Amino acid sequence: MDAAVGIPLLEIRDLTIEFATRRGKVRAVEHVDVSVAKGETLGIVGESGSGKSVTSYAVMRILDRAGRIAEGSIAFSGIDVKAAAESDMRDLRGREISMIFQNPRAALNPIRKVGRQIEDVLLRHVQAAPRDAKAKAIEILKQVRIARPEERYHAYPFELSGGMCQRIVIALALACRPQLLIADEPTTGLDVTTQKAVMDLVVELTHARAMSTILITHDLGLAAAYCDRVVVMERGRVVETAPSSVIFTAPSHPYTRKLMRATPRPGVSLRDLLPDSEATPPPAPAAAADTAPLLVVENLVKEYPRQGTRKSLFKRKAAAEGPFRAVDGIGFEVGRGESVGLVGESGCGKSTTSMMVMRLTDPTSGTIRFAGEDIGTIAARRFATLPQRRRIQMVFQDPTDSLNPRFTALRAIADPILRLGDIRGGAALRARCEELARLVGLPLDLLDRFPHQLSGGQKARVGIARAIALNPELVILDEPTAALDVSVQAVVLNLLQDLKARLGMSYLFVSHDLYVVRMLCDRVIVMRQGKIVEEGPTEQVMNAPAADYTRELLSAIPHPPV
Amino acid sequence: MLRQVLKRLATAIPSVIGVVVVTFLLTRVLPGDTAAYFAGPAATPQAIAEIRAKLGLDRPLPEQFAAYVKDLATGNLGNSLSTGRAVTTEIIARLPASAELTLVGLLLSMAVAIPLGIVAAVKQGSIVDHACRMVATAGVSLPVFFTGLLLVYVFYFLLGWAPAPLGRLDVFYSAPPDVTGFYLIDSLIARDLDTFRAAAAQLVVPALTMGIFSLAPIARMTRASMLAVLSSEFIRTARASGLTPRTVIITYAFRNALLPVITTLGMVFSFLLGANVLVEKVFAWPGIGSYAIEALIASDYAPVQGFVLTMAIMYVALNLVIDLLYGVIDPRVRIEG
Repeated sequence: MDAAVGIPLLEIRDLTIEFATRRGKVRAVEHVDVSVAKGETLGIVGESGSGKSVTSYAVMRILDRAGRIAEGSIAFSGIDVKAAAESDMRDLRGREISMIFQNPRAALNPIRKVGRQIEDVLLRHVQAAPRDAKAKAIEILKQVRIARPEERYHAYPFELSGGMCQRIVIALALACRPQLLIADEPTTGLDVTTQKAVMDLVVELTHARAMSTILITHDLGLAAAYCDRVVVMERGRVVETAPSSVIFTAPSHPYTRKLMRATPRPGVSLRDLLPDSEATPPPAPAAAADTAPLLVVENLVKEYPRQGTRKSLFKRKAAAEGPFRAVDGIGFEVGRGESVGLVGESGCGKSTTSMMVMRLTDPTSGTIRFAGEDIGTIAARRFATLPQRRRIQMVFQDPTDSLNPRFTALRAIADPILRLGDIRGGAALRARCEELARLVGLPLDLLDRFPHQLSGGQKARVGIARAIALNPELVILDEPTAALDVSVQAVVLNLLQDLKARLGMSYLFVSHDLYVVRMLCDRVIVMRQGKIVEEGPTEQVMNAPAADYTRELLSAIPHPPV
Repeated sequence: MLRQVLKRLATAIPSVIGVVVVTFLLTRVLPGDTAAYFAGPAATPQAIAEIRAKLGLDRPLPEQFAAYVKDLATGNLGNSLSTGRAVTTEIIARLPASAELTLVGLLLSMAVAIPLGIVAAVKQGSIVDHACRMVATAGVSLPVFFTGLLLVYVFYFLLGWAPAPLGRLDVFYSAPPDVTGFYLIDSLIARDLDTFRAAAAQLVVPALTMGIFSLAPIARMTRASMLAVLSSEFIRTARASGLTPRTVIITYAFRNALLPVITTLGMVFSFLLGANVLVEKVFAWPGIGSYAIEALIASDYAPVQGFVLTMAIMYVALNLVIDLLYGVIDPRVRIEG
C-alpha cells in the first residue's frame, strides 16, 4: 500500500526487550521490526504473551522497572527514543505520542474530576493557560461526543459508564493533538455496540487530524475492520506483516492461519475453528429420554431498590419511581439435551437471570420449574444443601478468580463431590477426578498443580470438570470463554459441545457474543433492559433477525472478511 | 454533609451506651474493696461498713447504676475518693495536656514518616527504602520509657539543650490564661512569646519520644499504600500523558494512597492518647493517662469510669472525623454514606 512509502513516523528496528525476573532474564520481545507511516493505522495482533503491549510501552518508554530495551532502536520522527533524556520523553508523551488503554475506568484517577484530569494534561504541555483550561477541557469533551460536557466536566470516573470513561481516556490522549496514538485493546470489556461507537470515534478523530494509529488487539475482526496494515505477533516475534486486505484473504504464516481459523465468524461451525489436525468428528449426541422441558421459567422478575432512594425524606418520590427491575417478567424453556443462548449487553439482566436459575439469588416473583419441580420458591441459601443442587451447576466467567488459589486442580474438581457427592475414600475420589480430567482433556500430571501454575485454557478445563463432576442435568455457562485467547476459546467451545453430546446435559449459555452463541446453541434468547426482545432457533435469529436490536447487535460485531 | 454527620453520630449512640454499662460493671468487679482501702489499714469492720454505706456501695447494682446514669446526665462524673476533687474538672484540666503532647508527637511523626514512606515506595529497594524500614523497626521496638529516658539523658543531662523534664512549664513561668488548654496555643493568644518558648521547650522531648514510637505504623502504611497505588493503571495513564513526576506522585498517587494512611493515623492517635502513661510518668506530665493509672491502683473507680468514658467519646468523635475526611478525599465514599 502506498501508505508505507515515504519516511515513517515511527520506526522500530530489531527491537529486543528483556525483563529481569527471579529466574533470570526473559526476552518478552525479540528482534521486532515495525514501522508506522504518517496517517496510517497499523494493527498489532496477537494472543496474550505475544509481546504486543510491551512493544508499545517501549515506544513510549514506560516499561516497568524490570524491563529494558536490550537491543535495537526506536525512532520517532527522527528522535532516538532509546537514548533520549527522560525529560524529553516526558515532553513527548501525551503531546506527540499518546496512549489509550484497556479497562478505561481503571485508567482514570478515581478521585479526580475527569475535567481536571484533562486540564492536567493540557497545562502540562502548555496547550492551555490556567484561565482558559476549563473551557478547552470542555471543548475536548464535546469533541469526543460527551453529552452535556459542562456537567460531565465535574463527574468522577465512577459516575460514568465504561464507554463514557473510554471517551474520557480518548479525550486525554487526543487533548494535545499528538501525531501518534497507541490504542492498547481499547474496547476489550466494552459491549459490542459501545465498541463500535468508540472505534468509529477514534477513527474519525484520528483521520480528521491526519494522525497515525497503532491498534493493539487480540481481535482479528477488529483489526480487519479498522487497520490499513496488520502485524501479527507470536511469542515476542513478528510472524507476518501485510496489508489487512491481504492478510485475511491470503494469510501466509501458519500462526496467522490458525488465528484466522479460530476467530468466530459468520458461516462456520465449531469444528471449523480448530486446525485440521485437531478436528475429530463430534461424538453422536446422546438421545434425550424425556421430551418434557427440563427448565421452565415463567414471569420471572428481579427488582432491586433504586440507588440513592431515601426511605424517610423522599418517600413519595421513591414510591412513584418504583424499584429498579433488572429482570422484567421473562419466560423461557430449556429442553433436555438442548443448549440455549442468553445474549445481551451489560446490564440487560442476563447474568441476574442466570443467577436466579442457578438459585444463587432469590427472584422477586415468577416461577422457576426444574424437572417439573418449582425450585424458585426455595430460598437461595437453603438450596445449597438440597439434592437438587447437584443437578444444576455452573461454569464461571473468570477461570482464575473462580478457583481457590490454595486448592490444587484435583482438590478444586473434587470439591463438589466432597460436599454433595457420594464418593468417599481417597483412591476412589482420585479415580473419579482423573476420569473427569480425561473427559475435559486436562493432562493428569497437572492435577496436583495450583491455579497459578496453570494456563488460562487449563484453568478453564478445571472449571468445567468441576461443574460436571456431579453429572448435572443443567449447566449454566456464564461467558466461559470471555477471558481466553481465541485459539483457546475455539478449543474450549469444542470441548463444551463434545461434553454435551457425550453426557446429554442441557446448557444455558450466557454471552455477549452472538457469533460464539451461534456455534454452540440450538436456540437464542436476546435480552435488553430486563426483557426478552427476540427468541428463536439460532439460525433464524442470526440470519433473519426480527427485532431491530438484534440487527444492531449483529452489525456491531466486527469480523474478518469471510 | 450534615445529614451524613448526624447519621454517623446516631450510629455511635449504641456504642456509647455500651461503654457506659461496661465501664460501670468493670469498675465494680475490680479487685480490692474501695471502702476498705479508704478506711485505712487500722479501720474496724464497723467503720468500713459505714464508709460503704456513705458511698452507696451497699445498695444493689441496678440502683447504683441508676444513680450513676443520673449523675452522668448532668455532666457529673463523681468525685475522686483520694483527692476529693470532682472528676469532671480534673479531666477537663488534664485532657488538654495529654492531647497537646499526643498531637505534637503525632505531627512530628507524620512530618517524618509520610515523606519517608513516599520516598521509600517511589524508590523501592533503594537505600532510602532500607533506611525507612530500619528507622521504623528501631522506633517501634524500643519501649517508650527507654527512648524517653535516653532522650532526657542526651538532651538534658549531656547536652543541656532541653529543660528539666518536669511537667508542662518551667516553674519560673506561669500558665497562660486558659482558652483551649493547649499551652502552645494559649500563650500565642496571650501574645506571650516567652511562655510559648518555655512551653515548647518542655514539650519537644516528650513529643519526640511519642513520635519515634509512632513512626513505624505511619511510615509502613504510607509505603505499602503508595506501592499499591503506584502500580495501578491510572498511574500508567498519567505517566503516558507526560505528567511530571511531582504531579504523578503527589496529586495522582499520594491522594489516592491517603485513605489507609488516615485510618492508621486515627488508630495511632487514639492509641497514643490512652497509652502515653509511661511518657507522662517519665516527664512528670500532668496528663490524663497518669491520672487514670493512679486512680486504678487506688481502686478509685470514679476517675477510672470518667477516663474510660472520655476516651470512648473521643474515639467516637475521632472516627467521625476520619469518616468525614474519607468523604472529602474520596468522592466514592460520599454516596455510600
